[in-house]
Amino acid sequence: MISKRIAAALAGATTVSLLLVACGDNGGGGQSSSSSGDSVKSLTILDYYNNDPDKSLVQKGLDSCASQLGITIQRETVPGDTLIQKVLQQASSKTLPDVLMLDNPDVQQIAATGALAPLNDMGLNGDGVIKGMVDATSYQGKLYGLAPVTNTIALFYNKDMLAEAGVQPPKTWDELKAAAKKLTKPGRYGMAFNANATYEGSWQFLPAMWTNGGDETDLTSPQVAEALQLWVDLVKSGSASKSVINWTQGDVNDQFIAGKAAMMVNGPWQIPALNKYPKIKWDVVTFPLNKPDQTPVAPLGGEAWTVPLNKDQAKQQKAADFVKCLNSDANELAWAKARFTLPTKLALLDQYAKDVPSMKAFAEQVKTARARTGKLGDKWPDAAKVIYQAIQLALTGKASAQDAFKQASGG
Amino acid sequence: MVVLTRTTVAGRERVRGRRRRGEDLTKVLFVLPAAVAMIALFGYPVVKNLLMSLQDYTLKTFFTGVAPWVGLQNYSTVVHDKLFADAMLNTALFTIGSIAFQFVIGLGLALFFRNRFPLGGLLRSLLLLPWLLPLIVSSATWRSILEQDSGILNRTLMGLHIVNDPVPWLNSPSVALIAVIGVNIWIGIPFNVTLLYSGLSEIPDELYEAGQLDGATGWRAFFHITWPNLRSVAGVVLMLGVVYTIKVLDIILGLTGGGPANATQTLATQSYEKSFVDFKFGQGAALSNILIAISFVFAIFYLRSTRRAVDE
Repeated sequence: MISKRIAAALAGATTVSLLLVACGDNGGGGQSSSSSGDSVKSLTILDYYNNDPDKSLVQKGLDSCASQLGITIQRETVPGDTLIQKVLQQASSKTLPDVLMLDNPDVQQIAATGALAPLNDMGLNGDGVIKGMVDATSYQGKLYGLAPVTNTIALFYNKDMLAEAGVQPPKTWDELKAAAKKLTKPGRYGMAFNANATYEGSWQFLPAMWTNGGDETDLTSPQVAEALQLWVDLVKSGSASKSVINWTQGDVNDQFIAGKAAMMVNGPWQIPALNKYPKIKWDVVTFPLNKPDQTPVAPLGGEAWTVPLNKDQAKQQKAADFVKCLNSDANELAWAKARFTLPTKLALLDQYAKDVPSMKAFAEQVKTARARTGKLGDKWPDAAKVIYQAIQLALTGKASAQDAFKQASGG
Repeated sequence: MVVLTRTTVAGRERVRGRRRRGEDLTKVLFVLPAAVAMIALFGYPVVKNLLMSLQDYTLKTFFTGVAPWVGLQNYSTVVHDKLFADAMLNTALFTIGSIAFQFVIGLGLALFFRNRFPLGGLLRSLLLLPWLLPLIVSSATWRSILEQDSGILNRTLMGLHIVNDPVPWLNSPSVALIAVIGVNIWIGIPFNVTLLYSGLSEIPDELYEAGQLDGATGWRAFFHITWPNLRSVAGVVLMLGVVYTIKVLDIILGLTGGGPANATQTLATQSYEKSFVDFKFGQGAALSNILIAISFVFAIFYLRSTRRAVDE
């Protein structure tokens, strides 16, 4: 009797521990541990394109690669601002997907945790990809992600309003300030941009900061202060709304569409929304320069596809093959055209700009664009925070453009 | 016979003992689900949060599971942060400002609705509206109402010539906190009205009738009849109000995101920012523990006062 009970208990305990071992073994990756060798039948994917048209356009690209590799995919999409929280949650429960999309400035941070597989070991490389994007998706000399398409920001302007005011699209900061002032009239501002207290506010400031030779490694330099002075001048002179400190990029676009702003800093992902209003005639130029000998430098946007570490080597390799397929020339061009983004391969850019004229300025801007994490790596968020706080201090008049960065960085 | 009785007695005792043990077991089994739920839903998060605040808990921890023990370092970091004093002050101003106005306006409205009048019931239920809206919706709506150039509030004020220049509701560091408090007052009024109204309807009419004979009407009736009878309900409303208000996050995030220039940062927004923007979960946990400790002081205060009321 007793011995039978003990035996049963032992059996129970063994099953439990076996289960635990099984769970532990499966830890690194997807759901099935049974698939091994080259019998990988399916991949799980996580991304943040949760709204149409992007959602279905991306689905098309993913499906075509899935059928090329002869696999099925299970895709999950979450809202953009919850992706990292989702990834953290999956990391702690060891249920990361086989293929993971990350916003490019997040790649190094996640790679630094050791969660991602280096792609170089699996037959992938960044050859021909614009340098800024390779910088963003590499960590300590290894490539952890590849982005098929990218974007950046430039200066949109309302053609009719500029023609009416007799203003040419500005090429320098002085022209920008003069044009903005001339375009401002009751109920309308000459210029709109986003200077809110988030990373988005920092991102919109980078074209001015970088073009003027400013650098995130030394935020107290006069070049950075000069760039901030441009924002201050635009708001102080009344050429831009005081509300810029609360606007998102979406708000900025809404102002432009409503005719309440004649020019704006924004990215090509707004083009589908702009195209819904055929009455608005708009065009895009690269961000103006402070001095004529400068070249415009803008930040690189866009998402990279990565492969989380997986105990199942075959699955990990298949996931890498999938990322490779997503970054094929054909796929880059198809995605770029469908979604108003830009291919990341230098060789494709010129032809693309010819095919899609509305993207010409962005194609130009992307060639010289820099990655936010290019210099500071996973320390970029700290600098970005100082930048948006300094902007807020200067635009609310709590500090001068010269002192704002010192004050924001705690000096 | 003797042997027989002895065995039956022993047997009966054994049965009784078994039954008692069975009863104990039943009692334990009845308590168990509640205890498990309490431990899982309240105990674990609080303990986990406490432990987290003593660890260097970062992005990496989620992947490696390694969180080095740092003792009280997180607490000293957040307390010495240059924003901590501002956040404390803002939290205090936000809480006191919100509660004071919510309570006074709520009480006024509750007293007003105590008078029966046509459509009174409908108006009272309309008053609940702010409470029924999702906070993210109300904050987005208020953000457009308070917009400096085209917001309906400034348009109205200027149209009525009450102000000459648009008020920078959410754009000026000196005004933003007032605007945020104002929106929070709007959201909190229904809660105050509802509880105070039910408190008022508990007061028997005879008291007022008797008071009237003694000449207690109007304000005197309020101070000598209404207020003493409403005190325990008022205590509950105020205490719950403090505990709810001190941790308000979504409204501030939706309206200003803590800006402009950190003018509306509170302990709650700072804690959120440390955890989910900076990924310094240890410091975020430390800040939220400070917040919990402050709420706890008010909770104890409240529990003691209600116990005294029961004892009396």
